[in-house]
Amino acid sequence: MSGGVDSAVAAARAVEAGHEVVGVHLALSRNAGTLRTGSRGCCTIEDSMDAQRVANLLGIPFYVWDFSERFKADVVDDFIAEYSAGRTPNPCMRCNERIKFAALLEKALALGFDAVATGHYAEVREGTSGQLELHRSPALTKDQSYVLGVLTEEELKRVLFPIGASADKASVRLEAETRGLSVASKPDSYDICFIPEGDTAEWLAEKVGVSHGTIEDRDGNVLGQHQGAHAFTIGQRKGLHLGRPAADGRPRFVLEVRPKENKIIVGPHEALAIAELSGGRYTWCGAAPESPLGWFRCEVQVRAHGESLPASARVEVSSDGSSGRLVARLDEPLFGVAPGQTAVFYQGTRVLGQCTIDETVSADK
Amino acid sequence: MVVYLDHAASTPVRPEVVTLVGALLGASGNPNAVHSAGQKTKAVLEQAREDIAALLGANRNEVIFTSGGTEANNLAVLGLFAARNASANRPLVLCLGTEHHAVLEAAEHLEKTGATLVLIPVTQSGQPDSDWLESYLAEHHEQVALVAAIWANNETGTVINLPKIAQICKRFQVPVHSDAVAAVGHLEVDFGALGVDTLAFTGHKIGAPVGIGALLVARGSKVAPRAFGGSQERAIRPGTQDVVGAAAIAEALRLAVSELPGHRSEWERLRARLIRGVFEAVPGAQLAGEALDSSAELRIPNIVNLVFPGCAGESLLFLLDSAGVAISNGSACNAGVVGGSHVLQAMGWSMKDSQSAVRVSFGVSTTEADIDKFLAALPEAHRRALNAGFTS
Repeated sequence: MSGGVDSAVAAARAVEAGHEVVGVHLALSRNAGTLRTGSRGCCTIEDSMDAQRVANLLGIPFYVWDFSERFKADVVDDFIAEYSAGRTPNPCMRCNERIKFAALLEKALALGFDAVATGHYAEVREGTSGQLELHRSPALTKDQSYVLGVLTEEELKRVLFPIGASADKASVRLEAETRGLSVASKPDSYDICFIPEGDTAEWLAEKVGVSHGTIEDRDGNVLGQHQGAHAFTIGQRKGLHLGRPAADGRPRFVLEVRPKENKIIVGPHEALAIAELSGGRYTWCGAAPESPLGWFRCEVQVRAHGESLPASARVEVSSDGSSGRLVARLDEPLFGVAPGQTAVFYQGTRVLGQCTIDETVSADK
Repeated sequence: MVVYLDHAASTPVRPEVVTLVGALLGASGNPNAVHSAGQKTKAVLEQAREDIAALLGANRNEVIFTSGGTEANNLAVLGLFAARNASANRPLVLCLGTEHHAVLEAAEHLEKTGATLVLIPVTQSGQPDSDWLESYLAEHHEQVALVAAIWANNETGTVINLPKIAQICKRFQVPVHSDAVAAVGHLEVDFGALGVDTLAFTGHKIGAPVGIGALLVARGSKVAPRAFGGSQERAIRPGTQDVVGAAAIAEALRLAVSELPGHRSEWERLRARLIRGVFEAVPGAQLAGEALDSSAELRIPNIVNLVFPGCAGESLLFLLDSAGVAISNGSACNAGVVGGSHVLQAMGWSMKDSQSAVRVSFGVSTTEADIDKFLAALPEAHRRALNAGFTS
């Protein structure tokens, strides 16, 4: 229970469904008060108290579980390391993968619980063969199936999304109000919970420090300077501060981040187009495709609220058979994909699996 | 039916006190008013003060009512420090590492204004090293503002030799404060004989409501006020007094003191039963504080601190709560987050072990059946907590 409206209504519905429910708020920062006090975060004291008030109203016990060290190691430090390596991580995904549906779930099971219920917008359904499947929420603008793409078959058996089938957020808010939950009109959270003020570049600069480098075009011509490669992400157009316009007068985009050389490579939009992406860290969300080594049709989504594009995908095994990677060939080029981002594979509304993108193949020939 | 074994956090208000409070709440009159209604209220307040003084071996002028233990401890630490530094520079504040946060954080607050906090070493059972204190004061007494020493520890029940600490300090003319929140009502108190300058206690640990406490301030000792706006309570603690609260704490104290011999022997019995039962159920469990067969002067028998290595204390707490048994970690919570016990760490326990500690505490209503229910719920809770391990 984050203290927000979604988990509040999820808890209320779980209670109503007859489950024996215990409210748990995750403490993700040792100094809760220093993190976005007064605003909508995931780990402020106010949020914890909001969650507790909901639990009081529902008549369920409430506890705060401290995952601050795990969160720092697995999510915050990972976020900094990924950016420092020139990649673009998704910390919410990492949190779902390592904390909410891993450390929390493990602890809950060990303590005797059967499942973890959250306020995510996504549906767990039984497939035709009786196996569990994860599907997009009907509330398409709130759909969170993308960040849940990291769930495995075993985890799907142990999660409940009581509001996952809700038509939209407004109905959830209305339900919270009808139930008398004080968080009914609490604003949504959009930012990364551990970054105050939502300024990722500034926060990263504070963590990794300033390191002057150059911005260059693909031919190695120096076009400008920057204060740290971590502030750039592939596809970025704003904030380059290039004095000279390009020869053709068209806008330039970040094509590549090279942290070792501390270089940012920029170029025209068409150079961002990729035809193929792949990643060695992949998981299946539920049952794996029948023959993953052969090409199968799917749709690929690389951002939480981006579109999903038709593609063919398969698992490629290294020649010595020791490792594999999930590869997607896109029907139409996809723009601005950065290593570190997660590609989630869908078939219709069903989440098939995901991989963290290691490599991309340019469509710009 | 919930088994409540967290009396050291707060114990239910005694029925006699409930009756008394009910009878007094309707009365009107500010005790500082001149009219007869005020004088009537004042009489209730002063009777309470006199009763408390008599029960604790103090003079009635030495009783300063406060809102509770935290305020009393803060007032003593900050007030003694200010008085001692009014005409001299005495930056050193000494206390035990096992103090309650009400003392520790008040001292840490003083550090922001130039004070230096010095922790008096304690043994593994929580006893202060008085030889160390003596030699430290011999060298630095001119710079020492005060010494604070918690009498009975709220987490472990360890009782220190407070008269000895007071004696040493007196020799160097350094004032002594003692946090007696866990001690009052659970051991005999003779303020005059103790030799300390100030002594803090609170109502809700002895059967009075939350919101009333007191600081005993020896007549010859100077405590500078930390709030301003009136001359009540010798101008040390201005503000209209809580007369009903004062009467309530006096009545609760009267009951506690008169029943103490009986309760103490009962708690001794329950303590032994609890500890033996725990050792039998969980062979790896350890007792923090004074040993099972330690001399009775070294501990209050109503607080038992147990360490279950490999288990997170918060898991045990949760699991026992689910099984209908309320106990505590005994350590401070930050937004509900249960950290490791600083008290156990000060006593030399490892960080991990300090997170594996739980406190079981008895009150006047605690029965053998309560202990047995705890012991019955423990093995399963321990098995699961061990399985869950540590998450961070």
